[in-house]
Amino acid sequence: MPVYFVRRVLAAIPVMLVVAVFVFLLLRLTPGDPAAIIAGDMATPAQLERIRDTLGLNDPLHVQFLSWMGRILQGDFGTSLISNKPVIELVEDRMWPTIWIALITITLSVIIAVPMGVLAAWRHRTWVDHIVMTFSVLGFSIPVFVIGYLLIKLFAIDLRWVPVQGYKAPSGDFGGFAIRAVLPALTLASIYIALIARMTRASLLDVLNEDYVRTARAKGLAERRVLFRHALRNAAVPVMTVIGTGFALLISGVVVTESVFNIPGLGRLTVDSIFARDYPVIQALILLTSGIYVAVNLLIDLSYTLLDPRIRY
Amino acid sequence: MNAFSSIRPKGLVAAAAVALGLAAPASAQTITAVMHSGLRVLDPVITTAHITRDNAFMIYDTLLAMNSDFEVTPQMASAEMSEDGLTYTFTLRDGLKWHDGGDVTPADCIASIKRWMVRDGGGQMIADRMESLEATGDKSFALKLKEPFPYTLQAMSKPSGLALFMMPERIASTPADQAITEYVGSGPFRFVEDEFQPGVKVVYEKFEDYVPAEGPQSWFSGAKDVKVDRVEWVTMPDAQTSINALMNGEIDYMEAVPVDLLPLLEGMDTVETEVLAKLGSVTIGRMNFLYPPFDDPKIRKAALMALSQEDVLTALIGNPEYFTVCGAIFGCGTPLEFADGSDTLTSGGDIEGAKALLEEAGYDGTPVVLMQPTDVVTLTAQPIVAAQALRAAGFTVDMQPMDWQTLVTRRASQAKPSEGGWNLFFTNWIVPEVSNPLANIMLNGRGDDAWFGWPSDPEIESLLGEYAAASELDAQKAVAQKIQAHVMENVNYIHLGQYNSPSAWGASLSGVSDAPFPVFWGVEKAAD
Repeated sequence: MPVYFVRRVLAAIPVMLVVAVFVFLLLRLTPGDPAAIIAGDMATPAQLERIRDTLGLNDPLHVQFLSWMGRILQGDFGTSLISNKPVIELVEDRMWPTIWIALITITLSVIIAVPMGVLAAWRHRTWVDHIVMTFSVLGFSIPVFVIGYLLIKLFAIDLRWVPVQGYKAPSGDFGGFAIRAVLPALTLASIYIALIARMTRASLLDVLNEDYVRTARAKGLAERRVLFRHALRNAAVPVMTVIGTGFALLISGVVVTESVFNIPGLGRLTVDSIFARDYPVIQALILLTSGIYVAVNLLIDLSYTLLDPRIRY
Repeated sequence: MNAFSSIRPKGLVAAAAVALGLAAPASAQTITAVMHSGLRVLDPVITTAHITRDNAFMIYDTLLAMNSDFEVTPQMASAEMSEDGLTYTFTLRDGLKWHDGGDVTPADCIASIKRWMVRDGGGQMIADRMESLEATGDKSFALKLKEPFPYTLQAMSKPSGLALFMMPERIASTPADQAITEYVGSGPFRFVEDEFQPGVKVVYEKFEDYVPAEGPQSWFSGAKDVKVDRVEWVTMPDAQTSINALMNGEIDYMEAVPVDLLPLLEGMDTVETEVLAKLGSVTIGRMNFLYPPFDDPKIRKAALMALSQEDVLTALIGNPEYFTVCGAIFGCGTPLEFADGSDTLTSGGDIEGAKALLEEAGYDGTPVVLMQPTDVVTLTAQPIVAAQALRAAGFTVDMQPMDWQTLVTRRASQAKPSEGGWNLFFTNWIVPEVSNPLANIMLNGRGDDAWFGWPSDPEIESLLGEYAAASELDAQKAVAQKIQAHVMENVNYIHLGQYNSPSAWGASLSGVSDAPFPVFWGVEKAAD
């Protein structure tokens, strides 16, 4: 296992390098000019040119790339071209809201969706199954902003149980954080509940017909024990994959939900940086996202060994 | 009463809200405002971005200021012009301090003026005529010119474009094309750098040592009395979210309410809505003078004749209460309001006349590359309406959708329209940015040194010179009228009318200013 772990970590290095080169070139080939954002609408072409010079945007591409890579190897992701703030500081500020919302969303989704999926599989082709699957289809089909606005209308505007928008750090005001996290987490969870419930149901249906399940039932084990201890554990590998990739997706940013609930997360930072052509920030964010995907995939693979003792690395 | 009010467990919810710190989202002395965009660039000399200017008015002060009658008034300093019009002596008022505790000195002001002169059009005009700018005492300094330039004090007091803000000498010594990294002003609010999150949140605290100028508050002049402890600007990318937050009392002020969402707020007891910036904004079309078809004045005129302000403004704003069909390039409601030559624009366009003029000009069907930004709500409608009108007049239009960033990069390109260049784009300005001929950047006719589109127009340059030399308002008006007529005939740009954006604020606020953009001095917030 440790050898496998080290091998996977080493394998991530060329992946990240390719991502870095690709992102750098892609951004430079995309039309757009951070100097124009900085200078505003009244700047003359000559003024833009002088700002480009100051920012180093007129240097040859290879010089810009090598300078960027050199700094990254020293742990310096540079400074935002637009706000002049260190990129690391910007990303750190925006990372925590996203991580917290993602954690709550995934936890909520698992707590709700797994029992739903188990129930649907257990009562396959009954009204219970149909209801669960109907909710699942709705969760997939209704755009996330519609669910967000409906929840806001009901719980924030009509009932006034929670605020309409905003984010507070849990360290400073846990109550304020919790009450503001409920609606965005529920909104995002609507998709993941649908996805995880379907996946749980499908995987369970596959294993419920296996001989070992029949044997367990023949031994007289309680149905709950058969379902959760024998069947679900064997069906958990694909579910775990969905949960893991879902988490990575949430971390890499959920722009619409962040906008509807005014959460200052990574999704909005990414979109704002792209619109402003803030190259150092976009590059750092894409590298970060790639790193998260690599790490999450590694963790998912490692989790398989816990769920299924037959899997060995 | 809504469907849920009857089942609202009021006591329980109130208790939970208190426990969770929800009862008062902002303290009584904090104004939470949603501005028109997020603040990212902080240097008011390097950019003309409106949000950066608004931020600068919070933390910096100006030497002179413009009031609601467009008059120049003393703010940090009084100004006196010598009889020959060559020397301006500025005397700083008592009690001026920087946020770091230091005294404001003439050296600080001189460094700030010099940095501003590098970037601002008006500042450059003064610099071209400047003989010296030197301290003359502990609290005074003098600007000496080689020739009289009556526009001097107006340029130094204009609130938009690049307004002239005072900074400490060590900061103002930063080269003008390099952004400053320290934000110390002498204005009524102090910038709280620790709490600044670019594009998310800006926090200001009342500057306790600020000594307001004398006189009643009027736009940017007079006493800047701060009546709250803090002001927080939060960025909300979704207008519906801002409106919901205002309705719920989570924010106090929303600078720009989209007109189509306004009905949600109208009629609410707890929210006030009003157009504060009465002058509003103008929307314009700018052509590329370097390439066919718009290198030909007759074809430019044909395009102007095809367009109707009412059509454009209806598509852009919708509700006629919030737009004005206005032929005056310097804006309706300003001292230089003239409408010469705007008949077709303000009376629904003249497609037949445009067709005839196109034929007379021998238009050969060269496509008009029309850039259409798709991500800026206030700029998406104009190209669509214009494209339809131009096609109706006989133009071949190649409308190319793109994001605003691509547009601003591409408009700087002097390449042929068929090779990555362009022929026409649209943009908006607030009226104070176009209301003075010397501040209106689109009137620059110096070819490659002009604004995008690069017109070479000696006639307008001569008229601008005439305006700069005119010291009396009547003389300035006479020249402005000639400029208006020339712009309509030569089509330096197409003036497509004026519109307003309503603002909204909680009823707990009072003293909200009617300045052309939001200022937060003088605003009081009632305790909950």
